[in-house]
Amino acid sequence: MRFNFSPARFWAVLTKEFVQMRRDRLTFAMMVGVPIMQLILFGFAINSDPKALPTAVLAADNSIYARTLVRAIENSGYFRVVRELTSEAEADRALAMGAVQFVVTIPENFSRKLERGERPVLLVEADATDPAATSNALAALLTINQSALNRDLEGVLQGLQYRPPAFELRVQRRYNPEGITQYNIVPGLIGVVLTMTMVMMTSLAVTREYERGTMENLLATPVRPIEVMVGKIVPYIIVGYVQVTVILVAAKLLFAVPMLGNLALLSVVLILFIAANLAIGYTFSTLAKSQMQAMQMTFFFFLPSMLLSGFMFPFRGMPQWAQWLGEVLPLTHFLRIVRGILLKGNGVAEIFSNLWPIGLFLLIAGTLALTRYRETLD
Amino acid sequence: MSDAAVIDVEGLTKTFGGRRVVDDFSIRVERGQIFGFLGPNGSGKTTTIRMLCGLLTPDGGRGTCLGHDIIRESALIKRQVGYMTQRFSLYEDLSIRENLDFIARVYEVPERQHAVGAALERLGLAKRSAQLAGQLSGGWKQRLALAACLLHNPRLLLLDEPTAGVDPNARREFWNRIHMLAAEGITVLVSTHYMDEAERCHRLAYIAYGKLLITGTAAEVIAHSNLTTWSVSGPDLFGLAAELRNVPAITMVVPFGSTLHVSGTDAPVLDAALDHFRARPGTLWIPAEPSLEDVFIRMMDEAPDNFNA
Repeated sequence: MRFNFSPARFWAVLTKEFVQMRRDRLTFAMMVGVPIMQLILFGFAINSDPKALPTAVLAADNSIYARTLVRAIENSGYFRVVRELTSEAEADRALAMGAVQFVVTIPENFSRKLERGERPVLLVEADATDPAATSNALAALLTINQSALNRDLEGVLQGLQYRPPAFELRVQRRYNPEGITQYNIVPGLIGVVLTMTMVMMTSLAVTREYERGTMENLLATPVRPIEVMVGKIVPYIIVGYVQVTVILVAAKLLFAVPMLGNLALLSVVLILFIAANLAIGYTFSTLAKSQMQAMQMTFFFFLPSMLLSGFMFPFRGMPQWAQWLGEVLPLTHFLRIVRGILLKGNGVAEIFSNLWPIGLFLLIAGTLALTRYRETLD
Repeated sequence: MSDAAVIDVEGLTKTFGGRRVVDDFSIRVERGQIFGFLGPNGSGKTTTIRMLCGLLTPDGGRGTCLGHDIIRESALIKRQVGYMTQRFSLYEDLSIRENLDFIARVYEVPERQHAVGAALERLGLAKRSAQLAGQLSGGWKQRLALAACLLHNPRLLLLDEPTAGVDPNARREFWNRIHMLAAEGITVLVSTHYMDEAERCHRLAYIAYGKLLITGTAAEVIAHSNLTTWSVSGPDLFGLAAELRNVPAITMVVPFGSTLHVSGTDAPVLDAALDHFRARPGTLWIPAEPSLEDVFIRMMDEAPDNFNA
């Protein structure tokens, strides 16, 4: 009886949902507005490779070497000298107050010790409260240190020049050689926006019927749970596609994100991903007693999705248990797929290992939603 | 079990959070009857109606509705029942036509467009069919809800306080419609708080605290109560009422317009007790027929309040 599906009744629910969606102007505007807002906000705002960080210099030795080193540090692009300091106490204060991110200290007698081959210490202190803000800058320092002084160390001092190791180290940054954050963030936003709006909309869909008292009437009719569920889910799949189109067009026009892969393949993956989110939203809506509770459940699901999926922070940086948790979330797999298709030009073979977990999630969440849907008011 | 019994249930029981909201409830409703459900708020009327149409699963008891088992075959019952909820439960953000159209679709009504059009005509809402249901007044909402639950030509109507908050004109119109439907062979079970409506029902059931206290026609219910009632008019009825309430033989003193209804269960004893008051100057004592209201208030006072037990 449960899976006795009537296309006519399904169509009735579907049409009703569309009409209601159209009447609810604010929600409708949100559905298109949210992706645009998030895209502009996050796309332009988030930068995981910050440059020109404020730096202070405490130079106790004003030699040509010191000047060359400071210039070299600035030339890396990560440092911008904003202050000259005169004492260590001043340096401490500047870091403590957060006025500068780095303090470069050139000790007394730096040039004399250098010329004598005593390897003097050039101290760089960083405000490393936020590791992400400083790590790239500090990594860039290492290469400066190696060759910056080669030009100044001439004649008798040539022996102090940097000697390269016996092998050559070559690094290739593939798929995003310039390390442009947007290339990573913008495709990821497709997944984040969909997770948020899809789960929220459906979680509200059924609770709204309870809150407005219309569920009693709906339950008294012959309509089956599967018809209600599919009828409520399909309109949002279409909304989801609209959102994705908006983001993809903006990604191309505003951020020039590369799109190497097959967009048709992406749209097939999208159905699966959207449906998985709708199914979990639907499950929430059968558990929640009010729209307020439904919203809370949505955020209970949305926050881990945002933080543990690899959207905000590197997935592999998390401990094993957190990675397992992350692997459960559809967003984790979708992020890998969407980044793979757009940036790496992945095909079916490459994405399959991330495709089936989404399918499995959909199956489980969908079954849960259907069994949880109460056919009575008990 | 004869063919004519549209509802035939026995021993229905429903418990919510340890409270027996419906306790050992049995009724039998014949085809084409208008069956009135009366009782104070929270007496279990709505719960009983919900169990009959499969919205709630009874904790105990058994029975049939339209020949189908109420526990196992609720899906079959739903197709043939029109259920009008106490609270307006159509979609306020859909238009009148869209609401009817939706209901017609989920019941898979044949020739849907025609059926919806006819319903709109009969309602007199054809011109306003694009108006949102949420903008309708209480009376119109009630008419719309009735039209919606008649779209699929149900054999049984379950109406849960359909006329609450509706003006007398609309109520009269509503009841005329109900009688027409009953004449066509549709069975109607209707819950109400209005005594004039109770009197329009073919049979009544009175429920208090989840228990069925009595069923029968209005006349039977009154006769069964053994109440004898006197109507008294005169000066300072308020003061008189206070005195009368202290007389043990008098079970009930109820103000009734410009008179008081004074009732007791034992006619000779009541008569003797009233002798003393009849002598009061200016009072006029007339034997009266106890009203349904008198009977019901009496029954409610007597019913053991098992909720507080």
